[in-house]
Amino acid sequence: MAKHATPLLDQLESGPWPSFVSDLKQEAASRAKNPNNVEFQVNQDCVEDILGVLELSYKHGRTHWKHGGIVGVFGYGGGVIGRYCDQPEMFPGVAHFHTMRINQPGGKYYTTEFLKKLCDLWEFRGSGVTNMHGSTGDIIFIGTSTPQLEEIFYELTHNFNQDLGGSGSNLRTPSDCVGSSRCEYACYDTQAICYALTQEYQDELHRPAFPYKFKFKFDGCPNCCVASIARSDLSFVGTWKDDIKIDQEAVAGYVGGEFAPNAGAHSGRDWGKFDIQKEVVGLCPTGCMKYEDGKLAINNKECTRCMHCINVMPRALHIGDDRGLSMLAGAKAPILDGAQMGSLLVPFIKAEEPYDEIKEIIEAVWDWWMEEGKNRERLGELIKRQGFQKLLEATNIKPVPQHVQEPRHNPYIFWKEEEVEGGWQRDINEFRKYHQR
Amino acid sequence: MEYEEAKKLIVEQLTKKLKTKSKFYFNDLAGILGMKPREAKKIVNKLVEESVLEYWSSGSTSMYGLPGTGKQAAAEHED
Repeated sequence: MAKHATPLLDQLESGPWPSFVSDLKQEAASRAKNPNNVEFQVNQDCVEDILGVLELSYKHGRTHWKHGGIVGVFGYGGGVIGRYCDQPEMFPGVAHFHTMRINQPGGKYYTTEFLKKLCDLWEFRGSGVTNMHGSTGDIIFIGTSTPQLEEIFYELTHNFNQDLGGSGSNLRTPSDCVGSSRCEYACYDTQAICYALTQEYQDELHRPAFPYKFKFKFDGCPNCCVASIARSDLSFVGTWKDDIKIDQEAVAGYVGGEFAPNAGAHSGRDWGKFDIQKEVVGLCPTGCMKYEDGKLAINNKECTRCMHCINVMPRALHIGDDRGLSMLAGAKAPILDGAQMGSLLVPFIKAEEPYDEIKEIIEAVWDWWMEEGKNRERLGELIKRQGFQKLLEATNIKPVPQHVQEPRHNPYIFWKEEEVEGGWQRDINEFRKYHQR
Repeated sequence: MEYEEAKKLIVEQLTKKLKTKSKFYFNDLAGILGMKPREAKKIVNKLVEESVLEYWSSGSTSMYGLPGTGKQAAAEHED
């Protein structure tokens, strides 16, 4: 018998989709039964109380969680988020119910043994409730008490070889796609750079001194599987400079029906015979492809790396060989000022260890934002407020056509004195030789 | 600025403002120290390490305060 009646939550279990309510009930039942005789370090009933407090919130239309707190582990300003319930008498199991963010492994590769160890630790010292993964990518442990924090931190860092993630006004846990470990589209080793920058910027990850959160995300190609372009302040998207490689025989194979388009991904229903003109050439956003006399041709100069043709015909088309990445700046979710996508800052840069050129840009961006950014202002908002030109100046990057989002949006050019030959001064006598008063 | 001098300045200024607020943004601290953020960070980190300051976090934003100050202090020390 459940500790609290939850008619509103029960309704969420109806329907064909999976339900977090069912998951919580399952965990509550498992804690009540405790088949492995775990010596629970937080209230055994805590999951029942999560269900109770959530039901009450649905009834009241208000949250019963208080905002933030001063808990943490020694030396770290992030990774732990204080959470307190404002109805502690009714729900003692969640009176103190802090969240921990754990840095997920690169590409989210786990061994089952590691996952089991994480779960065992969290069942023992926390609520057992996890979020795999939070929107920044971390493993999220939901619900523990203050005395458990250092214990968990010690266990993770000493026995699991595992660090906490970022929270608050920090560099957030960098996140990446599987990259070249499994994907033939990867233009650089996402896991290598994600790991290298995580190590390099430990201080920024753990000790908050930014105006607000700051996110790095690494996508191996423009398919953008970790959505870096939409969700990270600095986004790293793999790209190539030379031509898309074409295997004309394989193109003929697709046209002839020998190979399934999209590697068979949409084979759930019959879409009819593959039509290269309609499904590939006609959908090219820049119209840079043609298919004539059984040959596919691409005007690579016009290609914007949308990836559509490569995704549809992966056997026939392949990314180029001169590979690197593009850096985009300023994406954010719509809390203030609406959502923003990243703006292209560096069209092409090689991603090679030790990534010195990339670090130089990152640090220049940070210096500018730390000095000019208002409290709780994301990089994207600062770019909007002061202008993209200021970001170019701060990073010492010369404006190039790729920086122009759309032509003639603003027809004015304001020159600076140092950009004009001779500055604002002129030799009046020389001028008068050619122009009367 | 020497560390001890910076510490005195921060504690003095934060104590002075305690009537109106107990939590401060990093930028407020850098402003009090009159330093660039990167330089100020070294001192602020040391102040936290020595428990002169403590972190507060909402989860999305971090702030700093003198230990034991602020409305939530009593609840959050879990004594």
